[in-house]
Amino acid sequence: MRAGDDPARAAEAAARASYGKLVAILAVQGRDIAAAEDALSEALVSALTVWPQRGVPENPEGWLVTAARNRLKNAARAGRVRAEGAAEVERRLVLPEEDATLPDYRLRLLFVCAHPSIDPAARTPLMLQAVLGIDAARVARAFLVEPAAMAQRLVRAKLRIRDAGLRFAVPEPEEMADRLGAVLDAIYAAFGQGWDGLDHPEAEGSLTGEAIWLARLLVHLMPSEPEPKGLLALMLYCASRRRARRDAAGAFVPLAQQDARLWDRTMVIEAEGLLTHAAQAGRFGRYQCEAAIQSVHVQRPVTGQLNLGALRVLYDLLVRQTDSIGARIGQAVVMAEAGEALAALEALDALGQRAAGHQPWWVARAHVAGLAGLDGEAAAARARAVELTEDVAVRDWLLRQG
Amino acid sequence: MQFMLILNETPEDFARRANPDEAGAYWGGWNAFIGAMAQAGVIVKGDGLQAPQMATTLRVRDGKRQVEDGPFADTKEQLGGYFVIEVPDLDAALDWAAQAPSALTASVEVRPVLVMPPT
Repeated sequence: MRAGDDPARAAEAAARASYGKLVAILAVQGRDIAAAEDALSEALVSALTVWPQRGVPENPEGWLVTAARNRLKNAARAGRVRAEGAAEVERRLVLPEEDATLPDYRLRLLFVCAHPSIDPAARTPLMLQAVLGIDAARVARAFLVEPAAMAQRLVRAKLRIRDAGLRFAVPEPEEMADRLGAVLDAIYAAFGQGWDGLDHPEAEGSLTGEAIWLARLLVHLMPSEPEPKGLLALMLYCASRRRARRDAAGAFVPLAQQDARLWDRTMVIEAEGLLTHAAQAGRFGRYQCEAAIQSVHVQRPVTGQLNLGALRVLYDLLVRQTDSIGARIGQAVVMAEAGEALAALEALDALGQRAAGHQPWWVARAHVAGLAGLDGEAAAARARAVELTEDVAVRDWLLRQG
Repeated sequence: MQFMLILNETPEDFARRANPDEAGAYWGGWNAFIGAMAQAGVIVKGDGLQAPQMATTLRVRDGKRQVEDGPFADTKEQLGGYFVIEVPDLDAALDWAAQAPSALTASVEVRPVLVMPPT
């Protein structure tokens, strides 16, 4: 016992650092994430009463797991009377062997959260809750969803994992590419939800830090896979420019005009290193490609000009990797910057209905039409982009371009 | 865990059963699929069904029987057969479902079998 430690802080620290690890350990047998979370929170509550009296245990994580397992056993015993089939209860009672060093099943937890049989809209919230312990209300705020609706979405997804028989395991090699892609997409979606919050890092809704944390975890758990490194690099490049995205007066500064001295060098250096490491695997992918595009932008202040040739190659590759609207827009803008504005305009217009309500498409169309000398079309597209822009600083910037 | 593979087929699939030019390939595909499941020892039970136009749908309303010819719903895909299989998890059931010939033309619904609590 380490009697000197502050028990409340020790409990809080163990919860924060180990939440997902402990949930994964408790859920791996019965696939019951909700029961694991309930048991863990009860164990944390009893830690707050027991630890101040008896001191903080040597192995707080182990203590919490044992306490939570006892709760799970009791709940299973009570449940046997009313709910589950006996075989099911027995199956859930088979617990992993006690071990001084707790196993790390978080990779399984990440894969089950992004299982193809889980609604894509539930995957990111599920991951944020099960791995990081973020409560449903905060996830709901970030996703602009009513708290009750988000809570229901999470409950439904957890029931599905428990009752529909989803495999709680790391996928076989032959399906790894698709399954890992789903995990990466779910993590990136958390970053996207928080992106606007990057301008106000203290903003409640921002989940960019959580997304970066999850990507770091995935890199740590899958050291030989290149795409998690690509995703982490991509997010670090984007996050590194946070301070440069606004000037002293709070006005929006587009990437091409940013003061590179304001970029977070530590993040950029880490991102460059990750990208180099990822390339050593010799398996290119969507996130490495997007990170490489960011890397080209980072080179601009070093070389004095943007390497449009490299960007064209990378955007062509990206469109082949993922035919997303964002990739197509990027491809067209680079084409226009390289002097083919009319062809770029045609490429943008070919996206058709897919683009109608998409703010970045209208911003790109305004820019490309301007480069093509079609000022009337540029003004019309800009007006539509303004209508679709929620960020006040970006809207002001668009209005100044006219 | 037991899962039911609910094997849906299109009208074209059902038509192939009786078309002399296509029946061989049609039944060959199903025999290969069922044979592979049998060899793996996962089949609990299962059957093919006659075509949906052979179905009769019954409802009891106000104590009276209402009987209609044809299937419950007039949809593009109709139930053509089912298997209950015993496999460790959904992922394994999906791997089997992916091998059903009708997965290419229609769909396979995979559902866990309800386990009733002991009374």
